[in-house]
Amino acid sequence: MMSAGKTFGNIFRFYYDGFRSMSWWGKRVWMIILIKLFIMFLILRLFFFPDFLKVNFGTDSERGDYVLEQLTGNK
Amino acid sequence: MIENIDLSLVNWSRGQFALTAIYHWLFVPLTLGLSFILAFMETIYVRTGDETWKKITKFWMTLFGINFAIGVATGIILEFEFGTNWSNYSWFVGDIFGAPLAVEGILAFFLESTFVAVMFFGWNKVSKKFHLASTWLVAIGANLSALWILVANAWMENPVGMVFNPDTARNEMNSFREVVFNPVAVDKFFHTVTSGFVLASVFVIGISSWFLIRKREEMLARKSIFIAGIFGLVSALALALTGDTSARTIAKVQPVKFAAMEALYEGSDDAGLTVIGALTDSGERIGEKKVHDIKMKIEIPGLLSVMTTGQQGGYVPGIKDLINGNPERGIISVSEMMERGRYARQVLTDYKVAKELGDTDSMASLAAKFEDRDFNDNYFKYFGYSYFEHPWQVIPSVPVTFYAFRVMVGLGFFFILLFVMAIWFHRRETLEKNRWFLWLALFSIPLAYLASELGWIVTEMGRQPWIIQNLMPVHVAVSNISAGAVQTTFWLFAVLFTALLIAEVSIMVRQIRIGPKH
Repeated sequence: MMSAGKTFGNIFRFYYDGFRSMSWWGKRVWMIILIKLFIMFLILRLFFFPDFLKVNFGTDSERGDYVLEQLTGNK
Repeated sequence: MIENIDLSLVNWSRGQFALTAIYHWLFVPLTLGLSFILAFMETIYVRTGDETWKKITKFWMTLFGINFAIGVATGIILEFEFGTNWSNYSWFVGDIFGAPLAVEGILAFFLESTFVAVMFFGWNKVSKKFHLASTWLVAIGANLSALWILVANAWMENPVGMVFNPDTARNEMNSFREVVFNPVAVDKFFHTVTSGFVLASVFVIGISSWFLIRKREEMLARKSIFIAGIFGLVSALALALTGDTSARTIAKVQPVKFAAMEALYEGSDDAGLTVIGALTDSGERIGEKKVHDIKMKIEIPGLLSVMTTGQQGGYVPGIKDLINGNPERGIISVSEMMERGRYARQVLTDYKVAKELGDTDSMASLAAKFEDRDFNDNYFKYFGYSYFEHPWQVIPSVPVTFYAFRVMVGLGFFFILLFVMAIWFHRRETLEKNRWFLWLALFSIPLAYLASELGWIVTEMGRQPWIIQNLMPVHVAVSNISAGAVQTTFWLFAVLFTALLIAEVSIMVRQIRIGPKH
């Protein structure tokens, strides 16, 4: 039976070889994925998309009360 | 406060969500369908040992990989928007959305980190059968992943399997089975994935036709056209069937949307199916909404009644019946729904006041109402109607829904014809001789995307003004943020997604031009 260390080693080598021998398009799309994830999570998420309720209220109870206020407000 | 909500904020938030969803949906359907086409092709390779099929599979896998990689995580932006722009909605549905989206997240993570990697890195490194199993698992996993998103979306159109907790102001799931087997979810899943299969089949036939036009890679093109033709035809027939059952479900749970799809204002026992027609202003109004006449109409008499109710002479209500009510047919008016909704909201307001006063006895008796079946079926069910001032406000845009539906269905039938022709010309070995067909197939690729997007436009525009059918209108769901902030991110997304789309198209075109050689 293969040891856990050897299994992980094989998995690592599988990915390592895969990335190393990647074609032109593979490298290009990986670059796009990384840029995209950077923009999405480190720029958009942090600076433009704060969670409105988490930012403005400290607890779930306060968030619930706020939404309750919103739902029952007069129209 | 809701009364202070700026309509331009609602519209910008709505526009931003539509923009994000439309771009996201440019990537998804090809992944859903092409993954199965790859699985079929690789299965033939493993069973026959014919290296041509391996070459063909690897070529289409390259295009699948480009689309998959560029599209991956574009849907996460929709979740960002929920938290920022739609906080009331997110809170209100949180517990219902949590479970399906968590399952989707776990499934997508395992799928993307393991089997997709085996698909791309595993050629000649793992056994043929293991590689094939990975390809099938990617196809099944991608489609199952879509299931959970569609379950969440279906709940918004037909909220079931939950109870509203007035203390937390959230809906809590009380039946996972009801949420998953929601009739809207079942229909939506099969209709959506089969639409992805059709789009991918048109894509494969279109690109293959380009090779034949250029007199290149003829073997790859012919074999691909045959596989995609068969898969596309079966999928397109299933798409038509699931579209029919879907429409029947919509007629039950979203009758105003259904009537808008048909531009049916007057209910009828013998409603005809309008195949094509042009809407014109009749001059009549329902509140501030125009009533349309259908000119140049081609109609199949009685068919809509049969398709909707399953019987000849079945009654199909029109928009006027649904707005004004029709007691003879058991249809209550929107005014009545508004009254019932206001009562439900008053109970919620009383609960809030009792909570502020610390009146625990009143809180307990009022909270019990939200678990009472009669209160839920007759009052809370119409909660969202309490936010409207006029009954006509629940009518969606009839022209958008009517035309989008007809173009989508028309294209669906056109694709059936395209697949039949593809199979026919392939069987007679006359694909190259019929260059008109090759050009038609090539130019059908954008039409497949158009049909796919129009499907979502019918779904989402047709259910306006609701974000959650009957429970929450769009203007109540929106966060109290500035319209300027939403405008800024709207344009940021427009730029980001356009750049991604240009990147995808340019890389894909380059790889198609290179062909399967490298």
